[in-house]
Amino acid sequence: MSTILTTTLIISAITSILAAILTAADRTVGNYGEVKLTINNEKTYNVEGGTTLLSTLRNEKVFIPSACGGKGSCGYCKVEVTEGGGPVLATELPLLTKEELVKNMRLSCQCKLKQDIKIEIPEELFNVKEYASTVVKMEKVTPTIKYLRFDLGEEEINFRPGQYVQLKAPAYEGNDEEVYRAYSVASSVNDKHAIELLIGYTGGIATTYVHQHLNVGDNVHINGPYGDFYYHEDDNGPIILAGAGTGMAPILSILKYMSDNGINRETIFFFGAKTMSDLFMLDQLKYFEEKLPGFKFIATLSREESLDWNGDRGRVPDSIIKHVENGESCSAYLCGSPAMIDSIIKALEEKKVPLHKIYYDKF
Amino acid sequence: MIDVHPFVIFIASIFTSNMIFSNFLGMCSFIAVSKEIPTAMGLGVAVTMVLSFTTVLNYIVYWNILVPFGLEYLMYIVFILVIAAFVQLLEMVMERYLSTLYYALGIFLPLITVNCAILGVSLFMVARQYDFLQTFMFSVGSGIGWALAITAMAGIRSKLSENSIPEGLRGAPTTLIITGIMALAFIGFSGMVQIQ
Repeated sequence: MSTILTTTLIISAITSILAAILTAADRTVGNYGEVKLTINNEKTYNVEGGTTLLSTLRNEKVFIPSACGGKGSCGYCKVEVTEGGGPVLATELPLLTKEELVKNMRLSCQCKLKQDIKIEIPEELFNVKEYASTVVKMEKVTPTIKYLRFDLGEEEINFRPGQYVQLKAPAYEGNDEEVYRAYSVASSVNDKHAIELLIGYTGGIATTYVHQHLNVGDNVHINGPYGDFYYHEDDNGPIILAGAGTGMAPILSILKYMSDNGINRETIFFFGAKTMSDLFMLDQLKYFEEKLPGFKFIATLSREESLDWNGDRGRVPDSIIKHVENGESCSAYLCGSPAMIDSIIKALEEKKVPLHKIYYDKF
Repeated sequence: MIDVHPFVIFIASIFTSNMIFSNFLGMCSFIAVSKEIPTAMGLGVAVTMVLSFTTVLNYIVYWNILVPFGLEYLMYIVFILVIAAFVQLLEMVMERYLSTLYYALGIFLPLITVNCAILGVSLFMVARQYDFLQTFMFSVGSGIGWALAITAMAGIRSKLSENSIPEGLRGAPTTLIITGIMALAFIGFSGMVQIQ
């Protein structure tokens, strides 16, 4: 008995001494005091030093996009640090290009505040807010895609059609980490007290949460809006929209914006899917076709064997080559996987669509 | 205590009882970080530093706390605790006062916690019943030996990187084969001194 007691005591004593030393070191050596954080040379905050730039900014209600939750793997949280950032860390290097290094871009989740620091961020990030939302509608539109509507309560969200928000998936059974994942908004910009998202099941942490654990009435944290993929009022030329699967979301938002504002540009929406069961939102698209005389929806199926399908077969780039005329005057908005976007861009180039008018969101 | 001059232990731990070539300890970081000479040297320096401090600390803890209470069987847990805490402490101190070195070592510093050469040296020190000076020389020597081995490997690998190697052998397989050949070469030193 006494052996057990002494053993426990000795081990506890050693552990406590080590813990005490580390705590003392953290209070003294690891204490960087208060530092001054200046954003865009106008806003100044006095913040606690020693933590990362990303979490400090989040505490100050400035939201920088970040999909991996500060692990330094997604590379979304880049900000320009003009003064006081210290040297670039080895953990940042793989995610920064040469041009970004020259421009003093840093990963804000890795860069620690140790001295007064000055950073530059795009003005529109000040518009980013965190919302405590409630799921009010959840509907399975295909076997793998859910259409969700989140109520923001009194809060108001101002975004441009095509932008995305980040949804926080909390820890749940079988997953003990909190993650933020980006989803494009499918609802209208005039629908200011709610947002709608299309979320496909991939087996990942956040999509598993949404598909298997989330129910109507649950509370979800959402922050946004982010992104430079949105509708441009450039000219009145024809528009090519293209997407597949959940890539329909930002395009729906763009179409809603056009129908709300009576923008009747000649528009074709190319949608890629495998079979007829992967097509969804057809009523909504039909409504746009009635409301906007210039709008046409073309679905291209790659693996439909049924003879009932009269539409295009194959891949989206083939349909683009077949249907697009006067590519020189078109603008294009694409949303899909990197491989799909690359092949569509190739087809658009062939149709002479100007590169600076091709906007895309790769996910 | 065995009667070997500390300096002999020092030389032997670099060459004849090299942590990598005769004990094959600390292989994971040896394989992962031996692509370029500067990073390999950085890790070598960090390992040497951590090794020297933690082995001495473990010596004190073992002979002054564990042995008097008859708790030798707990040495594995206690040694790992001491190593982990020390690496954490060293990281904090370096981040504050030696930031150039801290940034140069980057991710390697925390990785050292799980380097088995560090624990191995502490366990050898107990198994071979070294006294304080012998322990100190053994730990510094082992650290230098490890640094030497990884730097030599990085040199060879950076030369090899320009050659065409069959795909299945690229990376870890070639490194292991080369390690074996280098270990054979290090046997050549064995006539010099012997401590195990």
